Amino acid sequence: MAKVKPGLPSLDVRSFPGPETIRRRALKNGLVVLARQNFSSPSVVISGFLRAGAIDDPVGQAGLADITASALMRGTPSRSFDQIYESIESIGASLGFGAGTSSTSFRGKALAEDLNVLLSILEDVLRYPSFPKDQVDRLRSEKLTALTMRDQDTGSIAQLTFDELAYAGHPYRFPSDGYRETVGQLKAGGLRAFHRRYYGPRGTVVAVVGAVDAEAAIHAVESHLGSWSGGPRTPRPEIPSMAPPAETIRGRVRLDGKSQSDIVLGTPGPSRFDPAFLPAALGNNILGRFGLFGRIGDAVREDAGLAYYAYSSLAGGPGPGPWQVIAGVNPANAEQAIDLTLLELKRFVDEPVTPEELGDNQANFIGRLPLQLESNEGVAGALVNIERYGLGLDYYQQYPGLIAGITREEILEAARRFIDPDRLAIAIAGPEGAPA
Amino acid sequence: MSQNGGSITKTRLRNGLEVRLKEIHTAPLISSWIWYRVGSRNERQGTTGVSHWVEHMQFKGTPDFPAGVLDRAISRDGGIWNAMTWVDWTAYFETMPADKIDLGLRLEADRMMSSLFEEAEVDSERTVIISERQGHENEPTFRLAEEIQAAAFRVHPYHHEVIGDMADLERMTREDLYQHYRRFYTPANAVLAVAGDFRTRPMLENIRALFKDIPGVERPEPQVRPEPAQRGEKRVTVEGVEETTHLEVAYHAPKANDPDFFALAVLDSVLAGASNLNMFGSGIPNKTSRLYRSLVAGDIAASVQGQLSATIDPHLYSIEITVRPDRTAEEALAVLDWELDRVVNEALTVDEVEKAIKQARALFAYGSESITNQAFWMGYSEMFADYAWFETYLDRLSAVTAVDVLSIAQKYLVASNRVVGIYRPKNGAQRG
Repeated sequence: MAKVKPGLPSLDVRSFPGPETIRRRALKNGLVVLARQNFSSPSVVISGFLRAGAIDDPVGQAGLADITASALMRGTPSRSFDQIYESIESIGASLGFGAGTSSTSFRGKALAEDLNVLLSILEDVLRYPSFPKDQVDRLRSEKLTALTMRDQDTGSIAQLTFDELAYAGHPYRFPSDGYRETVGQLKAGGLRAFHRRYYGPRGTVVAVVGAVDAEAAIHAVESHLGSWSGGPRTPRPEIPSMAPPAETIRGRVRLDGKSQSDIVLGTPGPSRFDPAFLPAALGNNILGRFGLFGRIGDAVREDAGLAYYAYSSLAGGPGPGPWQVIAGVNPANAEQAIDLTLLELKRFVDEPVTPEELGDNQANFIGRLPLQLESNEGVAGALVNIERYGLGLDYYQQYPGLIAGITREEILEAARRFIDPDRLAIAIAGPEGAPA
Repeated sequence: MSQNGGSITKTRLRNGLEVRLKEIHTAPLISSWIWYRVGSRNERQGTTGVSHWVEHMQFKGTPDFPAGVLDRAISRDGGIWNAMTWVDWTAYFETMPADKIDLGLRLEADRMMSSLFEEAEVDSERTVIISERQGHENEPTFRLAEEIQAAAFRVHPYHHEVIGDMADLERMTREDLYQHYRRFYTPANAVLAVAGDFRTRPMLENIRALFKDIPGVERPEPQVRPEPAQRGEKRVTVEGVEETTHLEVAYHAPKANDPDFFALAVLDSVLAGASNLNMFGSGIPNKTSRLYRSLVAGDIAASVQGQLSATIDPHLYSIEITVRPDRTAEEALAVLDWELDRVVNEALTVDEVEKAIKQARALFAYGSESITNQAFWMGYSEMFADYAWFETYLDRLSAVTAVDVLSIAQKYLVASNRVVGIYRPKNGAQRG
């Protein structure tokens, strides 16, 4: 048992993923495989990512990485769309791809006996997608329907508006699922070119967790993806940093026929690589998560009764992801909810969190680890996280100590570095009557 | 080695509280759930939504655990806790590090009868709940589903949404809430299910000590008016400014305890893909299902899904279709009807039935990874049947034949037994 600090949970960190139980191998082609065995249930999860995301979308083609990822499973020279899904669904498995801002992630699940079926589909669709024209046309139409729904959703529109305000001139200003105008123009040839240029083994990570011997799992991945070549040869250029706006800017989008307005308010935050990330994450928990939404939940939901949800989030990621507050309120209460949130942000940068808040939130961060690492999905997510951010195989064993070492001053410093209550982006989407 | 190998201990305290315990030693966690047999099914006009609102008030404190204290104590220990209200039940759970679960148990024993329901807290929660409802109303699919439910149930309280009607949320009083709480939050009306890293005997002793002094009163009589058979197809239309057309077709369906339920689960899997009955964890795709092939691969819809839920009284089997902008609800309905005619006229293939069973088997295996999900099933199954329903589910599904499916398709999938609901853009398709 590792005693980290009086009053904080003491956990048996040896039960967490660590160098003794994680197998990691970098294949000759640059692909990295991680595996951890767990025989307590008969299933297996694969999880991973590759270096192709919305920031790679060419100008005017927002949504290209996203639709490329979605189209991978629409056919290969040796398997049709129907055959791919028949192989997966007939064994009760799943496999899916999705593009985010800076990478394309995938996740699959199957009974352990079917790992090879899953890996052979993964290999086929990653390496040899054929992007059949009829399939791409159909997929585009599905995406356009989804975008039409998104564009009439108050939460999504508030987020889109926030991104435009907070990330002017930065690649993060574009939504990863694109716009109707751009997605409508994307053709099979463009998807094929994007795949050729960005998909390859270098920078790709695959984690396998479940009822399969870890060494055997690595061999299985190697036999399917070890001979893969192509893709980007040079490291990706760094994602630019982003300063907050010179003064607070507001944007409002009117969406008729709605009963509620959504608010997104915040600023560019630290990347996951920034040493301030963990103090910021702990501070964010105090600000708008702990219990039922932390200080912001107390002020906006519990005390004022203004909203069903009002919380903060810190994106992290490889670039300056947003640090934001999100709330859904009656249109008449939007200004009051914003004012209460601004007061909390001011307090957050004016004075350190209390020793009590620090202790509670450290205990929360540490104590929730066993739950996060309970399932194969949770462990696979942890392995991918370790590799993506170079955290080290012993990261989850070190984690209680890292959290216990964070001070009130470090949290205040991180808050002041990233949040200036007079330099925010504030976006509101809702019905008429919502004040601007 | 298998997590499912362990048997469960069932007992009943003298005051009527049913207790279910299952030792699982794969992670240092314990998940505790308390289930009350109360939901929108137990509500009447004037106080619709009261069960859900009571659930909110259960987080507002007791003399021993004032509001903020609970939240802080559980979050501090790294636990998760939450609650949910459905048509037949209200459930509260805490999943915590094994050595901390005592707090969760003490809290549940305490708030079974000592919640304060302070007037000021009721007032402030009123606006929170209205805001929750307004958030739902932002979704055209919610507005459509609410109308379909109201049309499908003229007499039975499944008529209204769990969140309640706005008129009632605006007017309900503290007294309405408190009466409902006192009537339904009793040991004999509850099931406590605990799974995880503990030894059964000391756990049971602890539970007995915490709950035994809560007075036992008789279980409240359910006063539920059965829904008469529907006498012809009903249609509802909802209009709004959102530009995407939705079609939802809902058939009156068997209750969970009806043998027909299992054949309908197989049919749902073949038509619209396997439904994931687990509360936690991901499902599997439905791209080889019949309705996906004809509607989505047939260029009519952007998505289709089936929805079958396990309930005390007969509820609905719904098929929800998001129509592509270049198509109409009528085109989608014509294709849907063509597919439904097929299952009414010809038996499924043996392969289709086997695939549905393999999918259910895989989903059950995935569900066993999470201790929280295992504890969930121990109580959830008791709300509409009993734990044997869950334990024998795969066997009963495996016993379903293509002929069984044909006969339930003929019984339930008839037009006179359904409500067809369409959400239509008010001004025709418009690009914004």
